[in-house]
Amino acid sequence: MLEIKDLHATVDGKEILKGLSLTLQAGQVHAIMGPNGSGKSTLSYVLSGRAGYDVTSGSIRYKGEDLLALPPEARASKGIYLAMQYPVEIPGVTTINFLKTALNAQRRARGETDLDAVSVLRLVRGHAKALNISEEMLRRPLNVGFSGGEKKRLEILQMSVFEPSLAVLDETDSGLDIDALKLVAEGVNTLRSPDRAMLVITHYQRLLDYIVPDRVHVLAKGRIVAEGGKELAKELEAKGYADIVKDAA
Amino acid sequence: MAAVETTKDQVQALGEKYKYGFVTDIEMERAPRGLNEDTVAFISAKKREPEWMLQWRLGAFRRWREMKEPNWARVNFPKIDYQDAYYYAAPKSMSDKPQSLEEVDPKLLETYNKLGIPLHEQMALAGVAVDAVFDSVSVATTFKDTLTKAGVIFCPISEAIREHPELVKKYLGTVVPVTDNFFATLNSAVFSDGTFVYVPKGVRCPMELSTYFRINAGETGQFERTLIIADEGSYVSYLEGCTAPKRDENQLHAAVVELIALDRAEIKYSTVQNWYPGDESGNGGIYNFVTKRGDCRGRDSKISWTQVETGSAITWKYPSCILRGDNSVGEFYSIAIANHFQQADTGTKMIHMGKNTRSRIISKGISAGKAQNTYRGLVSMHAKAVNARNYTQCDSLLIGGQCGAHTVPYIETRNPTARVEHEATTSKIADDQLFYCLSRGINAEEAVALIVNGFCKDVLQQLPMEFAVEAQKLVSISLEGSVG
Ligand SMILES: Nc1ncnc2c1ncn2[C@@H]1O[C@H](COP(=O)(O)OP(=O)(O)O)[C@@H](O)[C@H]1O
Ligand SMILES: [Mg+2]
Repeated sequence: MLEIKDLHATVDGKEILKGLSLTLQAGQVHAIMGPNGSGKSTLSYVLSGRAGYDVTSGSIRYKGEDLLALPPEARASKGIYLAMQYPVEIPGVTTINFLKTALNAQRRARGETDLDAVSVLRLVRGHAKALNISEEMLRRPLNVGFSGGEKKRLEILQMSVFEPSLAVLDETDSGLDIDALKLVAEGVNTLRSPDRAMLVITHYQRLLDYIVPDRVHVLAKGRIVAEGGKELAKELEAKGYADIVKDAA
Repeated sequence: MAAVETTKDQVQALGEKYKYGFVTDIEMERAPRGLNEDTVAFISAKKREPEWMLQWRLGAFRRWREMKEPNWARVNFPKIDYQDAYYYAAPKSMSDKPQSLEEVDPKLLETYNKLGIPLHEQMALAGVAVDAVFDSVSVATTFKDTLTKAGVIFCPISEAIREHPELVKKYLGTVVPVTDNFFATLNSAVFSDGTFVYVPKGVRCPMELSTYFRINAGETGQFERTLIIADEGSYVSYLEGCTAPKRDENQLHAAVVELIALDRAEIKYSTVQNWYPGDESGNGGIYNFVTKRGDCRGRDSKISWTQVETGSAITWKYPSCILRGDNSVGEFYSIAIANHFQQADTGTKMIHMGKNTRSRIISKGISAGKAQNTYRGLVSMHAKAVNARNYTQCDSLLIGGQCGAHTVPYIETRNPTARVEHEATTSKIADDQLFYCLSRGINAEEAVALIVNGFCKDVLQQLPMEFAVEAQKLVSISLEGSVG
């Protein structure tokens, strides 16, 4: 599904990712953990092609294709989804309208026909209910005045609606209380399937009690410094990042 | 094309319709180049006007000769030579017109397609020589019957001058005086045609009035004159203009619109203006100098302007309200988009004269490319405007780093109980908003359109439904090429 090799990337001329390699098979869920500032969000932006996040060397292949050759909107229509750490507000654009515009843009790019407003609403409603997102929220401008938890749930709602092949969740758990965390985890688990892969970025082990990863990578200073099974997350929790990062250095 | 055949048949069956029509004489010549009293008399004669109208025009012309072009607006353009222009010209003959859509600028057609305009209407807009007239003509005739039953007069102003002189004499020039400003005075001397509406006492106009049901727009030429009167307790909603860009050979447009609302009457006037703005490098395009003013003459009356301005190389336009009647209400909702090298200087004046008068101004200015967009507004609270209220909100959105947005609010208060509230914001489309959209599969152009439409929402909501949808598309089209 995803193969990252020796990835170097800069932001504003400063190198943030310094030789990162990672392979993710279809059907798997991997966690990326690491201290603040280690480059987790940068990796997620590079995967979705954000301007200003420049890859200086290395490669990323997605479903066998050179991902870096694709513009961000094409990556989305080809099934890459990023649940952002800081979702963005768009005043005056209702959430449901945004979902419809995005969904239809992706469908058009894949040569499918547009869904009309009623079909979109029906589709969205089903998922919204499971995430405890109200109709009223869908009619509000995108993320404007949403609480932290509401924003994160909306990111998961979008994921459920778009049904991506590769989902990257950047600290979706931060700012969530335990009930919201469970809802989000349920949303994610429902989407787990043999032809889908997920990269769950988190700072805390807590989320991984609910979304159990196949593999855990520890990112520090722009590089993977440790890897292991789900028990690695527990170990991190107990020891703290400092030791692991030091051990790896 | 079966639909066109049917239309043709319908139209032939309705041979009568021309007599209402907005369609002018076929055998018109043009007035000699230049502007003098003979030109004015020629126009008046062509329109078969009574003597009093001719004298009114000549009076205007004599004043105009003494006046100077205003230069206070933030727009620059080469000097206009008023003697080197034609003030009355026949529409092009069939043989001069493009014979098919293949001869029409493909860019224009592309825009029509994006707006979803049917093929036969495209031909009309592009000025293709076709015998078949359009669905809208027969539609117009049906509408006409309904309006007549309600007692509403809706006709070309040239016809009103001949057939309803008492109304025209009573109201023409009472909101925008003949001597008001350079362009309005010029218009008073040489106006070619325009629209007249009278809604009688207590009548709620049974439909939205639109100038020419899209098709005939453009034929009014460069000096359009509109007069709308809503008598006591009446209501009318009027849509001007055209969401589709028009083929237009006149560079200078100087229209005058006068609205009069008597006691408890309400007028809602919506404009979507989409003239050719000039190309990406700033060549060509229309200069639009318009005087639009509404008079809330009666108590408890209301006038509401909504405008979406995306066209013109230069826009100079301040739809205003004179709040004369006690408790009267004035509203101004505006979206002004300037892209490439366009210059827009637009805004409103709210003149509070009566007690408890209220006004509300919502202005959304969007600048892209190398365009300059200025909001210029005046809120004036006269001495008798006890407890008058104004709320103004001016938001500017910048796309790219080479454009400009300017807000110039003037406030005058001569009554201590009056309240004026002004809020202004300037923002940019943030990188993270753009990236958020891209990461969801929405391309840059569509993302800008989405964000801008969101920014304009408060104003778009004021437009009649069917207009709003086209206006949204128009917003997207006019910003094409603004992100690279
Ligand atoms: N726009 C930017 N310009 C310069 N440095 C940045 C920018 N964004 C992030 N960084 C830096 O890149 C490093 C990695 O940031 P980030 O990827 O957000 O880390 P994480 O998500 O792991 O907390 C940090 O040192 C941060 O300060
Ligand atoms: Mg981060």
